[in-house]
Amino acid sequence: MPEPLKHHTGVVAVLMRDNIDTDQIIPSREMKTVSRSGLGQGLFAGWRYTNPATRTPNPGFVLNHEVQKAASILISGENFGCGSSREHAVWALQEFGFRVIIAKSFGEIFHGNCVRNGVLPITLSADLVDRLADLPIPATLTVDLEQQLIVTGRAADDPIRFEIGEFAKRLLVEGLDPIALTMTDQAKIEAFIERDGQRRPWVYSAA
Amino acid sequence: MAQTLFEKLWQDHRVCDAGDGADLLAIDRLLLHERTGGVALKSLLENGYTVRDPARVYAIMDHIVSFAEGRKRDEARSPGGEAFITETRAMARSAGIHLIDTDSPEQGIVHVTAPEEGIVLPGFSVLCPDSHTCSLGALGAMAWGIGSSEAEHVMATGVLRATKPQQMRVRVIGELQPGCSAKDVALYLIAKHGAAGGKRCAIEFCGPVVEGLSIEGRLTLCNMAVEFAAYSAIIAPDEKVLDFILPRMDTSIVISAAQEHWANLVSDPDADFDYEIEIDAREIAPQISWGTTPEESFSLIERIPAAAAPKALEYMGLTAGQSLADLNIDGAFIGSCTNGRLSDLKAAADILRGRRVPKHVRAVCVPGSKAVRREAETLGIDEIFKQAGFEWGEPGCAMCFYAGGETFAPGARVVSSTNRNFEGRQGPGVRTHITSPVVVAACAVAGKICAPADLPVLEEAVV
Repeated sequence: MPEPLKHHTGVVAVLMRDNIDTDQIIPSREMKTVSRSGLGQGLFAGWRYTNPATRTPNPGFVLNHEVQKAASILISGENFGCGSSREHAVWALQEFGFRVIIAKSFGEIFHGNCVRNGVLPITLSADLVDRLADLPIPATLTVDLEQQLIVTGRAADDPIRFEIGEFAKRLLVEGLDPIALTMTDQAKIEAFIERDGQRRPWVYSAA
Repeated sequence: MAQTLFEKLWQDHRVCDAGDGADLLAIDRLLLHERTGGVALKSLLENGYTVRDPARVYAIMDHIVSFAEGRKRDEARSPGGEAFITETRAMARSAGIHLIDTDSPEQGIVHVTAPEEGIVLPGFSVLCPDSHTCSLGALGAMAWGIGSSEAEHVMATGVLRATKPQQMRVRVIGELQPGCSAKDVALYLIAKHGAAGGKRCAIEFCGPVVEGLSIEGRLTLCNMAVEFAAYSAIIAPDEKVLDFILPRMDTSIVISAAQEHWANLVSDPDADFDYEIEIDAREIAPQISWGTTPEESFSLIERIPAAAAPKALEYMGLTAGQSLADLNIDGAFIGSCTNGRLSDLKAAADILRGRRVPKHVRAVCVPGSKAVRREAETLGIDEIFKQAGFEWGEPGCAMCFYAGGETFAPGARVVSSTNRNFEGRQGPGVRTHITSPVVVAACAVAGKICAPADLPVLEEAVV
């Protein structure tokens, strides 16, 4: 079960590139077990380590900086999480400590994977993302999911409003298990399959 | 109200409203592979759920199975990968789902095997925790990639919660130019409109060029839609699709009723698409990628744009303004769910016949499935590849993506018939150029980047 996420305050790390794909987030070679855990070490392994095999840190990479090591809010560019559908990308981000990802846009599958795993994906306009990315280091943000607001903590900045679907919000705020939620519609599902079996018998008979 | 083909299928599978603009959709087939399938099954069972209808769920081994000739049953191409194979097998058996194992005669890449084995039919809703599931839209199915948690959800409930995507129509007019195939159309489209050009859209491909494509070509075109950021891709099923699926269908199916249903699987003439794109195949020359996203592609005769991203150039070891022509290569790969089917291998073999790959190039061909491999061997295509100096592998995703284990050296320049040229996709530091199988074959024998038309004419005909 994902942990509920109503408010979150955390340190920001900025990875301002477009099209960061799930291969970069968690390289395939880092997916070593038939399990969801143990992936945090492999997060961004190709960038984070000069030698991924020995885990020698790359001092130039943002998540190796003293402050951003503890980041829980990631800021990135267009199409974040594009590419392979591997859910391991979200699991790796989550195990590292990320709870919120703010980007100019997201890969479709990745976006859904975030919501199902208790990670909040926030899409903002390019201008707003660039503004947040330019906050002086160390930057912290407070994200209020219930109010759909991001606050920088600087008096001069207005809170930033973000949009999110009601369902995604409910899953995240309440930390719900999507299967249990769907099971509440069990009767409708059974009725549909009954009807559909008459209408399209080949879907069921050939299995 | 007039509907697109995709909207018709959506309505066909809609169980009920699921709030927030989403619907619960009935899922006809769920496909799993060992990379994510074992995880999904394990997590499902651990959470106390069972597979609702195991007869409509398939596990197919493809992602990390070894492609070495004569591979052993549990042999993986990545260190520690055996666990994924054995675990998925055990989980599939205990859940009672179909299992196409490493040693099954049907084994292959899920998006190659599923059409071949009649697992996917027109009008089906098909999901798989793999982004290239959109390939299957080539048969007129509604198909897309999902995450592992969604796969669990589908197994437990028989439905997926989803929001209907926007509708896009991509019409390909004109005619394919010599040396061009579906892959070139896809790369041209992505280069022209950007890697996010089809964002969140269900794309219907249509037009005379699409109609003229074989089923295999259509599978290639739909396959690449996810590199265009599409939600899904679909092509209205026609006679070609029927000719393809009828011999593969379960004999217990009453075909007449199904055919009546399939006849309606076409967008209404006045259906409203959110976006329309038209591209002219007469403007498409053989394509190849130069950078680190598929949108960084161009025709073989072009030069890298002055405004090219420095990061991509640095990774690829290239400079702005440069042409790729005559650049030495170190590796060549033909295979994958994009271009690992029989017609791909045949077209490549036509280039390779009577020619030889230079010693410094490692060339590998991995047929997309056991069926493709068998047919190729019956036609003697394997011999052409081997005589040209290609390794001839056992079916699977193989070198399309790096999973640890053995691959090309860092910095190696590789031409590949695959779908992604991301940094590190084929191995740390490997410089991938994605292109069509015929261009891969031409580059392989030339030892450098070139078009098939650039190859010296063979002096004598070789049978």
